[in-house]
Amino acid sequence: MLDMRLYMAQRLSAMAMGPFVLVHIAVMIYAIQGGLSASEILSRTQGSVFWFLFYGLFVVAAGLHGAIGLRVIAHEMLGLKGWSLGAITWGFGIGVIYMGARAVMAVTGL
Amino acid sequence: MTAMRKITPSEDATGTTPVLRVSVWRGTAEGGAYEEFEVPQQDNQTILDVVSWIQQYADPTLTYRFACRVGMCGSCAMMVNGKPRWTCRTHVKKVTEGGALTIAPLRNLPVIKDLAADMDPFFDKWVKAGGHHHPSASRHDPMPVITSETPGRVEANAGIECINCSVCYASCDTVAGNPDYLGPAALQRAWTLYNDAKEADREAVLDRVSGAGGCHNCHSQGSCTLYCPNELDPLSAIAGLKRASAKRFFKGGR
Ligand code: SF4
Ligand code: SF4
Ligand code: FES
Repeated sequence: MLDMRLYMAQRLSAMAMGPFVLVHIAVMIYAIQGGLSASEILSRTQGSVFWFLFYGLFVVAAGLHGAIGLRVIAHEMLGLKGWSLGAITWGFGIGVIYMGARAVMAVTGL
Repeated sequence: MTAMRKITPSEDATGTTPVLRVSVWRGTAEGGAYEEFEVPQQDNQTILDVVSWIQQYADPTLTYRFACRVGMCGSCAMMVNGKPRWTCRTHVKKVTEGGALTIAPLRNLPVIKDLAADMDPFFDKWVKAGGHHHPSASRHDPMPVITSETPGRVEANAGIECINCSVCYASCDTVAGNPDYLGPAALQRAWTLYNDAKEADREAVLDRVSGAGGCHNCHSQGSCTLYCPNELDPLSAIAGLKRASAKRFFKGGR
């Protein structure tokens, strides 16, 4: 169920997510220890193109990676194929990216 | 074998010979069930000896397959207590659990009858993965000299002792979940061809293993390498195919 392109998309999205996760956790710890309130954090992220790109790409990578992984599980464990397999792959991927995009837009105001 | 043939079922009923309790799967593709047999235990006895004893002394209709009895032909593999084994070289003592044996046809393949699995899907995938050699020269060309130390030759040599027994194929959970997956043996064969300097089109080998049922489906958990009776390492061969195809993807976008 994984051809070359899906395999590469999954590996590359995993590679991208590695640093995203680390930076995300580091910033969380830094922000909490500095005692920043939610509104103080938001005042720093609103309008920031950097955080928009950072979390925007993070969301796209997570959507891609999760959807391809779920596709494999759905095929191997549930025996889905063809139309239903495509529906679950695309549905999950688009769902994650849609929800993530809403969160990114709310946090950055862009 | 000779010593075993002297024993008849009546002897073990007297209690003089220790007895193995053996459950053997009987049936066809339509269905079947396990049947119990009592088989005299020997000091030196393989699973294939046990199956042959049943066929010779208890039920001549039992169907199974073997040829060489010395681990060369790859035709005798079965599931023994749930694990795939080459039965002609698997000693009963090493695999019995409390004097009991359960013997079934190989996993992941259709059953023909009793212990004989239909190997066609296994060999069809071998062909699909491009298992035959594509010559790069004719008999009129000079023979290229390739020493056994050449790195490609070392890689290829690691996989060429495959006896096509399908033990790895039966052990692979990815084959179980994804019937189109080419499986460890066919992919390992492709890897030996990819590393063969005399193979005419090595890029085509990568094309054949990069489709929807190709090497990228392997979960790298290594049951194949764990169970291969010849101690081959299909897991690493498949990792090699993944690496080679990824490298090519970055270079040429394929
Ligand atoms: S390592 Fe790959 S080929 Fe080997 S058993 Fe696991 S999934 Fe199958
Ligand atoms: S790789 Fe090993 S287990 Fe698989 S078919 Fe070849 S010899 Fe048998
Ligand atoms: S009978 Fe030939 S490998 Fe077992």
